[in-house]
Amino acid sequence: MASQAKKIILDPLIDNNPITLQVLGICSALAVTTSMTAALIMSIALTSVAAFSGAIISSIRKHIPSSIRIIVQMTVIASLVIIVDQLLKAYAFEASKQLSVFVGLIITNCIVLGRAEAYAMKNPPGMSFLDGLGNGLGYSLILMGVAFCRELIGTGKLFGQTIIPVANEGGWYVPNGLMLLPPSAFFIIGLMIWAIRSWKPQQVEEPDYQIHQVHRTEVL
Amino acid sequence: MTETTQKKGFLGGLMALPNDDPRKTIFIAVLLCLVCSVLVSTAAVALKGQQTINKKNDIRKNILAVTGMYEAGMDIDAAFEQFDVRLVNFETDSYADNDLDPVTFDQYKASASPEYGVNIPGNEDIAGIGNRAKFAPIYLLRDPDTNAVQQVILPVSGYGLWSTMYGFLSVEADLNTISGLRFYQHAETPGLGGEIDNPRWRNKWEGKQIYDENGNVELRVMRGFVDENASNAEYKVDGLSGATLTSQGVSNMMVYWLGEQGFGPFLQNLRTELENN
Amino acid sequence: MEHYLSLFIRSVFVENLALAFFLGMCTFLAVSKKIETALGLGIAVVVVQAITVPANNLIYQYLLKEGALAWAGMPDVDLSFLGLISYIGVIAAMVQIIEMAMDKYTPALYNALGVFLPLITVNCAILGGTLFMVERDYNLAESAVYGVGSGFGWALAITAIAGIREKLKYSDVPDGLQGLGITFITTGLMALGFMAFSGIQL
Repeated sequence: MASQAKKIILDPLIDNNPITLQVLGICSALAVTTSMTAALIMSIALTSVAAFSGAIISSIRKHIPSSIRIIVQMTVIASLVIIVDQLLKAYAFEASKQLSVFVGLIITNCIVLGRAEAYAMKNPPGMSFLDGLGNGLGYSLILMGVAFCRELIGTGKLFGQTIIPVANEGGWYVPNGLMLLPPSAFFIIGLMIWAIRSWKPQQVEEPDYQIHQVHRTEVL
Repeated sequence: MTETTQKKGFLGGLMALPNDDPRKTIFIAVLLCLVCSVLVSTAAVALKGQQTINKKNDIRKNILAVTGMYEAGMDIDAAFEQFDVRLVNFETDSYADNDLDPVTFDQYKASASPEYGVNIPGNEDIAGIGNRAKFAPIYLLRDPDTNAVQQVILPVSGYGLWSTMYGFLSVEADLNTISGLRFYQHAETPGLGGEIDNPRWRNKWEGKQIYDENGNVELRVMRGFVDENASNAEYKVDGLSGATLTSQGVSNMMVYWLGEQGFGPFLQNLRTELENN
Repeated sequence: MEHYLSLFIRSVFVENLALAFFLGMCTFLAVSKKIETALGLGIAVVVVQAITVPANNLIYQYLLKEGALAWAGMPDVDLSFLGLISYIGVIAAMVQIIEMAMDKYTPALYNALGVFLPLITVNCAILGGTLFMVERDYNLAESAVYGVGSGFGWALAITAIAGIREKLKYSDVPDGLQGLGITFITTGLMALGFMAFSGIQL
């Protein structure tokens, strides 16, 4: 039981990462990663919603009529997100301003719904909670990684604290403005995927079409 | 898996129905809605108090910051005692004479409402804001001993490159010299237009003059460097390199809000009033 | 008129939901292997957006906003916290209805779209469009223009990336980047390209 729990939590970190392998939850991963503080709060918000929604949906799974299945899941998830949003506005106001609409978008975050449909509907509440937790942690790992690169190279700071003194403030480092622009998040995740798949070749996708080398010897 | 039959008869009967039975569908739907609404409403109502405090303090922190009085961890309520909050009526160019509470009046929300908002015609809308409210709160920093006005803080807003920039401009008691500028909300390009937050740029505004002898707004943000020895340099602020449109937005914002359409006439009236006292 | 045209152009190019705000990325990456499917999904998104954004606007203006319930004699009630749940409910219901209408009146299109129509409910771009409309406090006409514009922008983005991916099939991509990786990088380059539209004002 303990080893199964460990597997459920550790699997989504690299081997079955929601962002880099399952292609879920990408939207917010790109938009909120300009600062590590925002990324951290988003990660905590998503992980808690994923874990608790997994547990709640799993505990009522035997009684959900199939005709309203998706709506029931969405209602549970939406209510949890609203509660998280209200808590953020009350106790982490600065962060909630930065995150603005993206907290609301956790409702449509494919990770939460995907895991609810794929796992919570078929497994007991305890395991579903851990599954939500694991996927949330996998998501957080990628989010924090991207935010680390973007904030450090883009502003010379981490969590708002100066690490590399920036030229505009009297230092030597001229920050790479591209890192603070949206497209950089795409590049960073693309490179992270390359790195992960070089480390774990079993994740590499099969190409649809391969060019075959043709060796000509005669002159045309 | 045996379904427990120890629940009360009616509920137990409903729960024992097959999932696709329409009665059970309706029952589950209603039950879910009830539980969720109760939870969500409880959270919203319980936390509302704290949220309102946060919003109020957010504005206050920014005002304290633009006057240079803000320190982390300070008692905001105590520090704000020195400020006199008044509503300016743009039509009469004097203080508003109504029951609206200046502390809670949100001029930006009001600008969209039919009773407090005014649409700005395209050719007059240099700041690119579309609508503005008939009233706006201003903050007078008074000396605690003499009650004399030391600084006047005005809310300003204008469109930059990507977004509307919201900020506070503070002017000294002569109502012509700028003592500070601070933007508290914007979505300009980080590293370029976003440098309006950079303290080194904001410091360049200190000591700049707004009006010339005829009362026209001469204050502008220029492209590139301002030669401090040139004539009229006291009206000009360095632009942000790589952020032409944001800089222009800031410049236009100043011309609008400090001119005839904005606080201009009110400031003239206030200056006469302060001189006579 | 200019205002609406400017809003439309802005929502298609400058504030493109897919390339500037990264909404709807999951379906964007998963469904963009062939142009026909991408185009079909894009059209479905335009239709859904054009209907749900104005519908949600009405709900926000007359039911949820602070002071909205004045017509019912309750001007002090602020139900905006119920926003998220109402919008997603409206979107799910609208998608269901559109699905049934398409099945009856345009069966060819319905069959072509297949499973994508229900997928639109969970497309962040749809909810995101509504949330932006609420944040910017548009009126009904602006919401309609914004709905069509943002949907069209998203459709444009996904069709474009599908076109590029079809060509990329014949390229020699490193193993680690095959499929998902190279798509991310390409999308990043497209996003950079769309940034060139910033500052356009009509």
